[in-house]
Amino acid sequence: MSRKEADKTPAALRLRGETEAEEFNLTAAARARYFAVILGLLIAMAALVVWNINTGSVHISVGSIARILFLKEGDETQMGIVWQLRLPRIIAAAVLGGGLALSGFLMQTFFGNPIAGPFVLGISAGSKLIVAMVMIVALRFVSYVSSWMMVIAAFIGALIAMGFVLLAARSIRQMSMLLVAGIMISYICSAITEFLITFAKDSDIVNLHSWSQGSFSGTTWSNVTVFSIIVLASLVVVFFMSKPIGAYQMGESYAQSMGVNVKRFRVILILMSSLIAGCVTAFAGPISFVGIAVPHLVKMLLKTAKPIVVVPCCFFGGAVFCLFCDYIARTAFAPTELSISTVTAIFGAPVVIVMLVRRHGSRA
Amino acid sequence: MSEYYFRTSDLSVGYNGKTLIRDIEIRIHAGEILTLIGPNGSGKSTILKSITKHLAAIRGDSFIADASVKDMSYKELSQKLAVVLTERIKGELLTCWDVVSTGRYPYTNSLGLLSPEDREKVRAAMERVHAWELAEKDFTAISDGQRQRVLLARAICQEPEIIVLDEPTSFLDIRHKLELLSILRSMAREKGITVIMSLHEIDLAQKISDKVMCVSGDVIAHFGTPEEIFREDVINSLYGITAGTYDIRFGSVELPRPAGEPRVFVISGCGSGAAVFRRLQRADVPFCAGILFENDMDFPIARSLASEVFSAPPFEPIGEEVYRRALAAMEKCTSVICTDFPLGEMNRRVAELMEEAKKRGLMKEGGKET
Repeated sequence: MSRKEADKTPAALRLRGETEAEEFNLTAAARARYFAVILGLLIAMAALVVWNINTGSVHISVGSIARILFLKEGDETQMGIVWQLRLPRIIAAAVLGGGLALSGFLMQTFFGNPIAGPFVLGISAGSKLIVAMVMIVALRFVSYVSSWMMVIAAFIGALIAMGFVLLAARSIRQMSMLLVAGIMISYICSAITEFLITFAKDSDIVNLHSWSQGSFSGTTWSNVTVFSIIVLASLVVVFFMSKPIGAYQMGESYAQSMGVNVKRFRVILILMSSLIAGCVTAFAGPISFVGIAVPHLVKMLLKTAKPIVVVPCCFFGGAVFCLFCDYIARTAFAPTELSISTVTAIFGAPVVIVMLVRRHGSRA
Repeated sequence: MSEYYFRTSDLSVGYNGKTLIRDIEIRIHAGEILTLIGPNGSGKSTILKSITKHLAAIRGDSFIADASVKDMSYKELSQKLAVVLTERIKGELLTCWDVVSTGRYPYTNSLGLLSPEDREKVRAAMERVHAWELAEKDFTAISDGQRQRVLLARAICQEPEIIVLDEPTSFLDIRHKLELLSILRSMAREKGITVIMSLHEIDLAQKISDKVMCVSGDVIAHFGTPEEIFREDVINSLYGITAGTYDIRFGSVELPRPAGEPRVFVISGCGSGAAVFRRLQRADVPFCAGILFENDMDFPIARSLASEVFSAPPFEPIGEEVYRRALAAMEKCTSVICTDFPLGEMNRRVAELMEEAKKRGLMKEGGKET
């Protein structure tokens, strides 16, 4: 009898109407926000790409950029500058920057710590060390080190450093001490790298110095192919890991009770974050703060930590951040180029400090 | 097919290969509530974690409807068993709606997107625990009582056959404790959901549980119905209660009685003496009480708190012998407190006792002074 009748009472109608509207607004507002953030990031990225091609020692107008890019016609030197110098570098900044932010997000998830990232945990430095060793040894015997070999060396280096961090994490329960351990690992690896570079005395290794400080310059199209395959494939894999990442964010015990095989998931998380961090380091050297600042900024903008939106936005956000920083690195003191880490630190470090102060404040 | 929905067989639990508790044999039917009681650090959580597969069993296994938990994948287990843990939920920028909706995880597609049915179930679960109005609130910004309700809603919308809760009532005030337990009770009765939990409040455990397990020491001391478990000797030895007493009928606890020679004699009846007894206990004044019928509400409290209680079997006049003993004890006291209660044919001796007190000038009215 009364179920239908009861549903028709004014109170019931009002209640249902209101709650349904509320629920609808809740999701609709969130969706609109996610959409706006993604759109904003894409527009910023497009603008920065144009701006980056546009400026430099040779100025190229927007009109000719369009012709050069889409019709592949125009002035010979301008063609050369755009296609051989500026475009590969822009793609490197975008893809590797995006990868770095993604890798940072994965490490933060893994350690449950908002300031974990490939740079502070010493993962970048570990990659750098092994890549430098491989290059120095390999260049003695062969004249050329392939991109793939660099990536493999960097991945191995990242895993070794990660191994040390995990060892430290087993005996140290305090999160801040874990970061101290990571920073120490980073210093040791950097010291050995500098040592190797100093005594290498090979003309090819001169390049190593600027690379070991972090830079997007000197990117070739073969590099672009390799890192684009790795980073974009990783992005897709990580995006489809959104569901278990979301569960894992709530804590291991809860993730397991939701059906996640936590042990296997942790291994995959470590491998993916190390692969991406290693790949970035292989081509651009160690780059600071992107891995921490970008995921944090993205979450602030989205007002959520849900991986299904945070993962793609981290990638776009990292791309935008690095395109912007690389622009500054190239142009601020032209013709002298700043190392990219210098610029990312200037813009990234304050974000991290603000974040730490806020977190501390809200906890107290 | 075993007649029990959930059972453990030869289960030994512990950490790092070290056995903490062995030979755990739980047997409960579907829709029953099993409560683990025992002192702090006795291993209640360890047992629960082993049941939920958060901890590998050292020996033996648990069975849900005859399926081995050990052989079950985490995904299979998550569709049968939900948990409310003591651990804090990590994660940032989560609304209560977000937290509850994670209960749908085992049922959502590979990207974890909620279908309209999922949303309806999340909402129903939140309404079930009266937490719908919290949906948009930040999960970290709500009270402990609200948080436990949200976590329970999360477990409910996981549509489990069995829910495991580790001390779900800790940090809750009495109203929220009762609310939470009555929700569990009705879920067990209406939906046949089996509940396994640990509780610190033994009085509540006695009232809500179908089965109780006492955890203390390296084997399970007792497992049975509340009637079998809630005996004074069992509870006092389980918790090693030496200070104070545990009253079995009311499931209530009292602080230790004042020590020394009784100085006050309390004449009371029909529950009117309880407040006086407690006031004397707080003031640390040793006292005698009587003459009480053994079915009087004052009797169990007096037995816990008074140095000596003079009692008589109910429904018949008070005998001569107990009257003499009571009178002798009263004469040794420095004052007598008499509360207001009906006097009649059966407790005529109590009226006589009052007269004797007045004659000796010991009487203080109404028990206002000690």
